Amino acid sequence: MAGRVRIKDLWGEQRMFLTRSFAAMTIVIALMLLLAGRLFYLQVVQHDYYVELSQGNRVRRDPIPASRGLILDRHGTVLVENEPTYQLELIREQTPDLDGTLHRLSAIGLLANEDIDQVKRSILSRRSFDSVPIRLRLSDDEIGSFAVHRHEFQGVDLRTRQTRHYPFGELGVHAFGYVAAISEEDLKKIDRASYAGTTLIGKLGVESAYEQQLRGRNGYREILVNAQGRSVERQGAYAPQLGSEAPVAGEDLVLSIDLAAQQAAEQGLGDRRGAVVALDPANGDVIALASRPGFDPSLFGRGLTRPEYAALTDNIDLPLFNRALRGTYPSGSTIKPAIALAGLTFNVVSAEQREFCAGVFHLPNSRLAFREGRTGKHGYMDARQAIARSCDVYFYDLAARLGVERIAAFLAPFGLGEVTGIDIGGEKPGLLPTPAWKKKAFKRPQDQVWFPGETVNFGVGQGYLLVTPLQLAQMTAVMANRGHSYKPRLVAAVRHADGKVAAVPTVESARITGVSEQNWQVVMEGMIGATTYGTAAAIGKSATYSFAGKTGTAQVFTVSRSETLTDKVAERLKDHSWFIAFAPAENPRIAVCVLVENGGFGAAVAAPIARRVIDAYLLNEKNNRPPAAHKPAVRVPT
Amino acid sequence: MIREEIGESISARRTLSNTARLLATLKLDGPLLVGLGLLLIFALLVQYSASGQNLPTVLRTLVRIGLGAVAMLALANCTPNFLRRLAPFLYFTGIVLLIIVDAIGYTGKGAQRWLDLGIVRFQPSEIMKLAVPMMAAAFLHERPLPPDWRSLLVLVFIIFVPAGLVIVQPDLGTGVLIAGAGVLLVLMAGLQLRIIVAMLAIAVGGAVVGWNFLHDYQRQRVLTFLDPQSDPLGSGYHIIQSQIAIGSGGLFGKGWMNGSQAQLEFLPERSTDFIFAVIGEEFGLLGLIVLLALYLFIVTRAVFLASQASDTFSRLLAASLAFTFFVYVFINAGMVSGLVPVVGVPLPLVSYGGTSVVTLLAGFGILMGLYSHRKLVGS
Repeated sequence: MAGRVRIKDLWGEQRMFLTRSFAAMTIVIALMLLLAGRLFYLQVVQHDYYVELSQGNRVRRDPIPASRGLILDRHGTVLVENEPTYQLELIREQTPDLDGTLHRLSAIGLLANEDIDQVKRSILSRRSFDSVPIRLRLSDDEIGSFAVHRHEFQGVDLRTRQTRHYPFGELGVHAFGYVAAISEEDLKKIDRASYAGTTLIGKLGVESAYEQQLRGRNGYREILVNAQGRSVERQGAYAPQLGSEAPVAGEDLVLSIDLAAQQAAEQGLGDRRGAVVALDPANGDVIALASRPGFDPSLFGRGLTRPEYAALTDNIDLPLFNRALRGTYPSGSTIKPAIALAGLTFNVVSAEQREFCAGVFHLPNSRLAFREGRTGKHGYMDARQAIARSCDVYFYDLAARLGVERIAAFLAPFGLGEVTGIDIGGEKPGLLPTPAWKKKAFKRPQDQVWFPGETVNFGVGQGYLLVTPLQLAQMTAVMANRGHSYKPRLVAAVRHADGKVAAVPTVESARITGVSEQNWQVVMEGMIGATTYGTAAAIGKSATYSFAGKTGTAQVFTVSRSETLTDKVAERLKDHSWFIAFAPAENPRIAVCVLVENGGFGAAVAAPIARRVIDAYLLNEKNNRPPAAHKPAVRVPT
Repeated sequence: MIREEIGESISARRTLSNTARLLATLKLDGPLLVGLGLLLIFALLVQYSASGQNLPTVLRTLVRIGLGAVAMLALANCTPNFLRRLAPFLYFTGIVLLIIVDAIGYTGKGAQRWLDLGIVRFQPSEIMKLAVPMMAAAFLHERPLPPDWRSLLVLVFIIFVPAGLVIVQPDLGTGVLIAGAGVLLVLMAGLQLRIIVAMLAIAVGGAVVGWNFLHDYQRQRVLTFLDPQSDPLGSGYHIIQSQIAIGSGGLFGKGWMNGSQAQLEFLPERSTDFIFAVIGEEFGLLGLIVLLALYLFIVTRAVFLASQASDTFSRLLAASLAFTFFVYVFINAGMVSGLVPVVGVPLPLVSYGGTSVVTLLAGFGILMGLYSHRKLVGS
């Protein structure tokens, strides 16, 4: 066909056209098959996968928050509960005149004029069909005035929300804890799904430690949503089956706390800084756990402003500091009954052996003088009298003869130097010093040596020994129970949503063996002596039950030999005041430890508080119950 | 084969039924008309569902189908000779209108596709979908095939000038389809294989060379265009949602008006470009196979009609219209099912909107007219 003049070859053209058409149709059919293959892959092979994706697209799970469990005292009094609060919410697309609505709300006093702009911004930042909270925590009056005008406010409605309510305010805040907004840190630890629909999480105390039980399980409602996320009942002819699951309310916690004892403890402390811990020696129940000053737990639930939070953290009295669990102090003389027990057990001294107290003690070949505190010279003292009168010289001598290793080994099973394992967090272990500890704790070789004088100080609870009020309460309970020790616990029982109550089993911890009944008895008689003729005699008066106790004064500021103590010592440098006690002595049902920071002499400040707590507990008819079977019968001293 | 056909039609003329006689009078083709009718009924059903049960949408489509039917009937009754003489007039009018639209778009600083004539608004690019193949076919009518170099050069201008004008509107999809219609026509006109191969080689080479001159962000755009899955919330969103719709439809679909993807608006452009996915979701694989079978039938019948044409103009124009129709179907179905990158091409005759139904029916009218006015050899 390379001729100079080409003419149209009609038949050739038609033949070629048919060939090309045929080829093109082949391609068409091939492409159709390719499409059909692709569709087969999508609709048959991958069908299940895409069904799942389309499900996830259209159904959203709306969480229904579970109501948080209540916290009750041992007699069923509600300590922490939920309270519905009302808030005002607005749905933009249902509100015909947004500006007008907001201004009219302000006119009837439901919205501050200066807040209008900010509220409007927050409404506009959300989707038009979202219900946006515009006012939280309405008062009864405000609810009333809105109810009257409700018809004027299209698109605005009252919604209830559960908030945590603490009917006794600050009472027991360090034990019960509080709830606060979920923080960034919390988010790392929690399973986000189980917190959907909730903004609060337990912080501190029981609220935090029993978060799992209190929280319950959120329910959900499946909601049909369209691509904009708007919830729709049905769309066109499309109305699928939607599931739902009811929430399971959190479990109620029955605390071992006795409200009356707790109130007595907090009122006893009053405005002072200090802590009270009361335990049931028979099972570790925490009857009272107070740390003052406290704070209002509901502040955190509603959100704290920056100045409010600063006021709490900058307060010199440290209201956020849980002294009962985290405050570590020298034990002072409250350690003496245990030292005496060690002396009797190791046969370093016998109960009736009398030592002479001239008001000052010298180590052999040393001119260093260890002096009596404020009580002066005691004369001849046996073990019981030394405890009752808190004779320092007796215990200086006893400690020196026992030696630090034996003292530390004997004290450890009482729970000193380690956490008690109470069922709320934050506890500090304190310090039970030993030569081995000292060697590790100090850098300079000359500081690493354990000096004999330090053993002498140890005998009266000064020096390196540090204890928390909870540990001293635990030690007192162990003394009361003659070597049986139980892990302290705040939660005694759990009440499930179905009403069934499950008791939390008691946990027995380290048990002290090798101490004879007679020796326990001697020490207890010494402690009874303290409340009858000894250092705390004033406190034992008119008590209708027998009462074993021990005062303590922890030095904050070491007074040099030449000086004497005066009231001029600055308030914050005054000694800490301790008192430990258990009662009734013959059948102990409560062991108490009271600490008053800078309270001065233990008998004067701490002991009356302990008496108040014990009275509140023992004299309450409701607390009379048969003694636990395993307790040994105790002879009442005459 | 041709002789058989002649014999058949001569013998058939005696036993023509009333319907056939009516169709013959109207110069329409029965089988093609049935295929198109079924497809349009299907389209109306799907549009009702996809629009969220919006009756006005369906009514507007019905009006457009009516307009299209009128255009079809009118063009079916035009003789090939008339159409051939009409071609240059239509073509140059279209060019002028496109320039006007581009100019308005330029001064108005925005995309401009419509020409507002007060009462009617129409897209000149739609005219070009028919005018370009008509002009190219008319140009080749008197010339020996396959076209020589000089003819090819002229054809390049005939095809790419209007296509370029549409692309700068900017409407890449329509521009490419206009060019495609012209190129298909040239291919059917017998363009030599070696030239086809050479063109492909140049295109591939150009792409490779061009790639190296692109900035990173431009490359990224090209890559996203080729693989939308890499941008699931942007350009990938459409295609991911449409695959979910099709895939979740399964063999038999979720039922008419029961597709959650479509009804809950997860599927974008559900009654226009992505209506294929609605069919897949609500009628399943079965529905899509029926749809594709209908399209295949229409294309096959159209190609058959083209093959029966007696002159070059008719043959080339008819084949170009038939294959372009298929290209529309394939690009849209391929895009929606994830075989082809996303380009804004509607599913012909089924997607809602625009004047494309009118243009397409007009095209089929031309096709039928070219067939029914063929000169029977020997008659």
